[in-house]
Amino acid sequence: MKSPQVITANALLEGDAIWLTEDDRWTRDMAEAELIEHEAHGAIRMLFAQSQPSVAVGVYLADAKPGANGPEPTHFRETFRTRGPSNYAHGKQVELS
Amino acid sequence: MSQIINDLGFVTDAQAFTFVEPDHLAANADAASVAIDLPSDASADDLAQNLSQLSAVRIDFPSFADGRGFTIAKRLRELGFTGHIRARGHVIADQYAMARRSGFDDVEISDDLAARQPQDQWLARANWQAHDYQSRLKRRA
Amino acid sequence: MYSYNDFDEAFVRERVAQFSAQVERRIDGSLTEDEFKPLRLMNGLYLQLHAYMLRVAVPYGTLSAPQMRQLAYIADTWDKGYGHFTTRQNIQYNWPELKDVPAMLSALADVGMHAIQTSGNTIRNVTADQFAGAAADEIEDPRPVAELLRQWSTDHPEFQFLPRKFKIAVTGSSTDRAVTKAHDIGLRMVRNDAGEPGFEVIIGGGLGRTPMVGKIVRDFLPKADLLPYCEAIVSVYNVLGRRDNKYKARIKITVHENGLDVMRDKIEAAFAEKKAQFDGVDQEMLAEIEQHFAAPAFKTADTSGYEAARLANPAFRSWTDTNLAAHRADGYSIVSISIKKHGATPGDATSDQMGVMADLAEKYGHGELRISHEQNVILPHVHQSDLHAVYSALRAADLATANIGLISDIIACPGMDYCALATARSIPVAQEIAERFDELKLEHEVGPLKIKISGCINACGHHHVGHIGILGLDRAGVESYQITLGGSGMEDATIGERAGRGFSADEIVPAIERLVLGYLDLRHDADETFLEAYRRLGAAPFKAVLYPSDAKADAA
Ligand code: SF4
Repeated sequence: MKSPQVITANALLEGDAIWLTEDDRWTRDMAEAELIEHEAHGAIRMLFAQSQPSVAVGVYLADAKPGANGPEPTHFRETFRTRGPSNYAHGKQVELS
Repeated sequence: MSQIINDLGFVTDAQAFTFVEPDHLAANADAASVAIDLPSDASADDLAQNLSQLSAVRIDFPSFADGRGFTIAKRLRELGFTGHIRARGHVIADQYAMARRSGFDDVEISDDLAARQPQDQWLARANWQAHDYQSRLKRRA
Repeated sequence: MYSYNDFDEAFVRERVAQFSAQVERRIDGSLTEDEFKPLRLMNGLYLQLHAYMLRVAVPYGTLSAPQMRQLAYIADTWDKGYGHFTTRQNIQYNWPELKDVPAMLSALADVGMHAIQTSGNTIRNVTADQFAGAAADEIEDPRPVAELLRQWSTDHPEFQFLPRKFKIAVTGSSTDRAVTKAHDIGLRMVRNDAGEPGFEVIIGGGLGRTPMVGKIVRDFLPKADLLPYCEAIVSVYNVLGRRDNKYKARIKITVHENGLDVMRDKIEAAFAEKKAQFDGVDQEMLAEIEQHFAAPAFKTADTSGYEAARLANPAFRSWTDTNLAAHRADGYSIVSISIKKHGATPGDATSDQMGVMADLAEKYGHGELRISHEQNVILPHVHQSDLHAVYSALRAADLATANIGLISDIIACPGMDYCALATARSIPVAQEIAERFDELKLEHEVGPLKIKISGCINACGHHHVGHIGILGLDRAGVESYQITLGGSGMEDATIGERAGRGFSADEIVPAIERLVLGYLDLRHDADETFLEAYRRLGAAPFKAVLYPSDAKADAA
């Protein structure tokens, strides 16, 4: 695997971005996500994530890197998903703080 | 096994046909009633000469997102076909009214799909003649 | 204006009930996400980057004052107090929760609105000239036929699962304000030699990955044949359109691959049969719909106060210079309210602003509002004696920006600030360009200039037909912006040409500035617009100012 990854999706009911944690929860804070280092483990975790269609929609693996407080995004799209739009202070940038 | 659905819901006594491939048509040119299976990429116009031989046409829906079957059924009706038209495959309850309005008589789905979308969800669309803009725009009531 | 009859009302109520049940069935597992997705899309519900998004149809861009007020109410009750007007004359809410959507749809039904077919592989909300029924240059008001098309396409049983989305636009005027040549079907009202109204029918236009200008499939279609002819076009497309590759599935590719003549033959053959299915009742219904669109009772009043106010107040004068268009009634003007304040998000209006616009429409505008594909709001019928009052109220609501048709009147799609398909952001680029030219105090000198920005190749921001188009891309994990030049979305529809390599997020605004300042040097005189100068001179001098180091290298 080139880069470590996290499993992410949107919440079925609220629609916002969520990440899979090591203890099988879905979190709204990417820092709490499980950072997956091995491809085989990623495949197993994807199967688990996809088996939860009543919670998570559009599950995928996104590249990430380890950070001081937990996994951090590496691509700008994923950065926006942890934050919200740039034209208003809406979404996670206010909800999580 | 499969489940046949019409306006009465899940039915067991639906009209039975022995469906064959369209190429049997030429071979059975004299047959009075042939029932054929049509794939979703078939052209209804190719059957124009054979309509009187046909008792039924079953049109395949490989995926519910493939809407060609609706136009094929509609076209068969436009060509004057009065026999039975059945939709078979991945058709969901929400498409039942569309199927009926396009000229299908009933729908045949797998038991798996029937288990996931039980009868009440199909019966909810048995009122397919109501709230229909198109028929209202075409013919005087 | 059209108001729902019992049939329409019962239809939308039934649809709300069906969608409520579909939401429940998705939650209880009867429907998989794969199956639910097209159903929610059929009802205008997308899942975006940060939340669901509900796209509400404003059919042919026409709204009444109570409808606009209801849109404000929905924004306040289930969203974050604003809405986004789109290039398809829709309004989008960016933050609804799934469970609230049935209630939102129900609130829309209360004012005769819906979100049906604003998405999905089906016939989308029919769009029209935003000045319809008011423009001085109009043959006929296109909205009655647009309403007829709305009814015909709504829940059409054959056409809910087409190969791809399908967009229809209608204009009643020779000035094409509805971008008809960039639609799957474009209808331009014309008269035949006998003076009867009908349509020039254009098919296969579209932007996106493979931009194409539509082709005329029928020079003159009698008005009465509209529905059977459209039904013929879409039924031919439904079986012929490609389903193996989403990027080749639009009718523009079907026309391109099969040839216009083959398409025309098939359509005419299908039309002959379809025509027999219509017994004329649609024309009776059209006649009834036309009554709904009868012109309001225009008033006569003294306009000397208006002239005096123009002389006395330079800001008002500037606003009247840019934001008014010629009305067909004496003493009236069409007012375009700019939803493009410098530095604000193009097309976003707060619920308070929606309320103000509704009030103004009621008080001074015969109760009517329009949404333009350029993401502005129109008061189509304002008497000149009321213009100063309208202007003052707009100013108080921060809605009096005098920039219609100028460089800061930018079309921008939501881009990666909201859209799940985006490859880069568009909103911040629009904000920065508008602010920069406001700072330079140059936009009135620059004159008519259409900048259009899309956040990906899908081209919702119409960048191909911008005089200057900007396309946001992801180049190796960095936002990058590609410029196209010389496009037009009007009757002289032209796809812009790529200028050259892309610019980073930091470089794009300076690049636009170089380009526009370069134009000021290149133009013949102050009357020659950017597009005219580009057409006269070709791309080379514009590329030279965009890429000065390349020009130097060439000279060396
Ligand atoms: S152009 Fe692309 S980014 Fe912009 S709204 Fe359309 S799909 Fe989204």
